[in-house]
Amino acid sequence: MAILAGIPILGIILMLQLGIISQLPLLQGTADLILLVLVAWALQDQVTSAWEWGILGGVMVSLVTATPFYVVIFSYLLVILIARMARRRIWQMPLLVMLILTFLGTLVFHLVSIVVFQIMGSNLPLRESLTLVTLPSALLNLLLAFPVYTIVADLAKWLYPTELEV
Amino acid sequence: MKPTIPRFWQTAVLVLVVVGLLLLSLSGFMGSLFKAAQSPLVAAQRWISTRYLAVYEFITAPRDMASIRQENAELKNQVALLQTQIIELQQQLSEASVLYALLDFARSQPENTYVAATVIGRDPNPFLKYILIDQGSDAGLRNGMPVVTAQGLVGRVDAVTAQAARVQLITDPASVVNVRLQSIEQEAQLAGSLTGELSLDMVPQDANVTPGTLIVTSGLGGTYPSNILVGQVLSVRKLENDLFQTALVQSAVDFNNIQAVLVITNFRPVEIAPLIPTPAP
Repeated sequence: MAILAGIPILGIILMLQLGIISQLPLLQGTADLILLVLVAWALQDQVTSAWEWGILGGVMVSLVTATPFYVVIFSYLLVILIARMARRRIWQMPLLVMLILTFLGTLVFHLVSIVVFQIMGSNLPLRESLTLVTLPSALLNLLLAFPVYTIVADLAKWLYPTELEV
Repeated sequence: MKPTIPRFWQTAVLVLVVVGLLLLSLSGFMGSLFKAAQSPLVAAQRWISTRYLAVYEFITAPRDMASIRQENAELKNQVALLQTQIIELQQQLSEASVLYALLDFARSQPENTYVAATVIGRDPNPFLKYILIDQGSDAGLRNGMPVVTAQGLVGRVDAVTAQAARVQLITDPASVVNVRLQSIEQEAQLAGSLTGELSLDMVPQDANVTPGTLIVTSGLGGTYPSNILVGQVLSVRKLENDLFQTALVQSAVDFNNIQAVLVITNFRPVEIAPLIPTPAP
């Protein structure tokens, strides 16, 4: 059920990303809603479909972006792996973990992108990429992290209702 | 009993008094007297009128307030409806002006066949400068087709689905366009960058490049048709030790506000990769 629900949910988020979020840059950076949702989803205790959502999100983004599919899927799965590990270790402060992972996730995705694009021959100077794209993107992601976490937490409660002991 | 004053004299005195009062009044001598007499009357009339109106409003107000409130709500609804219509009309006008500009451009270049498309999104990866348009292979779009607006060159189709396509903008860091400096007939290469700026490369040191020089596509390489306006030179960077001079280019297209584009569908890019010699093993 939760895996199937991920298709329309991630689809709507992707449409918001393409139509609105990607058109609102800060310097050259933009927020990444899919990444935020995947991180927030992976941090929920009751969620068991984080990996599936990661693959779904990666495939969906790969369909529309010019970024090679392996970059997107690898980055998202790596971020989910870090999120699942962090959830087990720092479970007391989910919002703090969300902020840290948002920053780390942005960094991972962008570094992988920079490396691959440079190998492919794009003109992407590392310093400019980090200052003009990665840091502004991270800031935007951090601004959206709290609301996204709250919405995703409610979504997780709805899709994974807790069992009551009678 | 016989009256002491005859009736005639009574009438005469009365007439004289009335005539005298009239004459005094007409000559203005009675004004102050009238004012003094009027002011308490007017005050009393005002008091009565005010109280009457207060009582009248008290009695009739509930019915009127209800009708006024209803009318107010109806008017507010009408205002909201009209405002919505104004916004819709403004949007339609904006879209229509863009489409008219594209239509004018298409009519001015009848040798090309165009498909108009609306921009529906941008690539989610901020390192890339790509847009998504709402026309695909069903409308005849193919990979590599050039994309323009009325202002100039936008980019080329990079990927196509049945209903949509992805367009690589010329500002993309991986984009390179073969161009010609129009006034001096000099070939060069235009490259995109991370910041969306366009830079002119491979310009020989002896070429006289000045700010304001127009840049059009050269058609070399077979990727784009020739003579599509790209932009103009903004500033030139010329160092003696460099092999080539470079220049910053102001694009003719505002890439931040592209709403609609034209895809040139009768141009097929030439695949020159097989013609490039490879080193023998």
